[in-house]
Amino acid sequence: MKDLSLHILDIAENSITAEASEIKIKIIEDTRENILSIEISDNGKGMDEETMKKVFDPFFTTKACKRTGLGIPLLAQSARECNGDLDIKTEKGKGTAIHVFFQYDHIDRKPLGNIGDTIIVLVASHPGIDFIFEHRRNDSLYSLNISEIRQELDGVPMNSPDVIKFIKDDISAWLISTDNMLQ
Amino acid sequence: MARLTIDDLKKIKEKQKSTFALREGGYRAKVTVHMGTCGIAAGAREIMTSLLDEIEKSKVEDVITTTSGCAGLCAREPMVTVEILNKPPVKYGDLDGEKIREIFKEHVLGGNPVEKYALVVGSETTY
Repeated sequence: MKDLSLHILDIAENSITAEASEIKIKIIEDTRENILSIEISDNGKGMDEETMKKVFDPFFTTKACKRTGLGIPLLAQSARECNGDLDIKTEKGKGTAIHVFFQYDHIDRKPLGNIGDTIIVLVASHPGIDFIFEHRRNDSLYSLNISEIRQELDGVPMNSPDVIKFIKDDISAWLISTDNMLQ
Repeated sequence: MARLTIDDLKKIKEKQKSTFALREGGYRAKVTVHMGTCGIAAGAREIMTSLLDEIEKSKVEDVITTTSGCAGLCAREPMVTVEILNKPPVKYGDLDGEKIREIFKEHVLGGNPVEKYALVVGSETTY
């Protein structure tokens, strides 16, 4: 994976496979604490203890058509390479939460990448899922709640081109306006 | 905070409601982008953003996109499956941003599968 926004897309796709109806993505970039933290949590079907034990094994997968399960092991490795770690909390039937953090200024830390693209791809391909996206850059907080937008739009599907364009422009405007906050 | 205001959303709602009423609810075409770890690492996200861009530009209202997991052909990623109503699905492999735009114009809009990029025609289960 080239950047962390692709890892986020990958992990969120796991939540979709786990039949989640609500997926929260929370990113914190804090240069004063020197940390980049990403949390992805869902209300999907969760994992039992047996599965949880094997989740960091790159040769374990729940899918019948392949022999590797690289998503979580790759992200965990990326984190450990820069003084960070990955932690999973899961409960069968309730959901899963994945928390990963990195030393912000570590020379090997992957860039965050285009998080706006990750969010619009998720919303456009899964218009029925309630995504909650929060991104904090030092003191500036951005939040997007798809379920609130859906109520306001009253029947217009979330994958309409107009809606997708609005979300994309909204995120990129905030990112541009907060770029200097990370200096 | 999101800058989207209630007014912005109302505008979208009014605009969409009028086109919405013209539709009969069904979609004519579905494009599935294979978004497993292998697909994402090979560039599946760019495939999807190019598709969304083409859908917006061409103003079509009856094409939807979705994602699936790994289909077991990781070496041929990024892959997509194009399904046109009442036609067998077509799988494409080794794609990039340019190829998917061509497939969108030729196959999704024009109805003619693009043979040079196609891997297989017909049903196959994806996981």
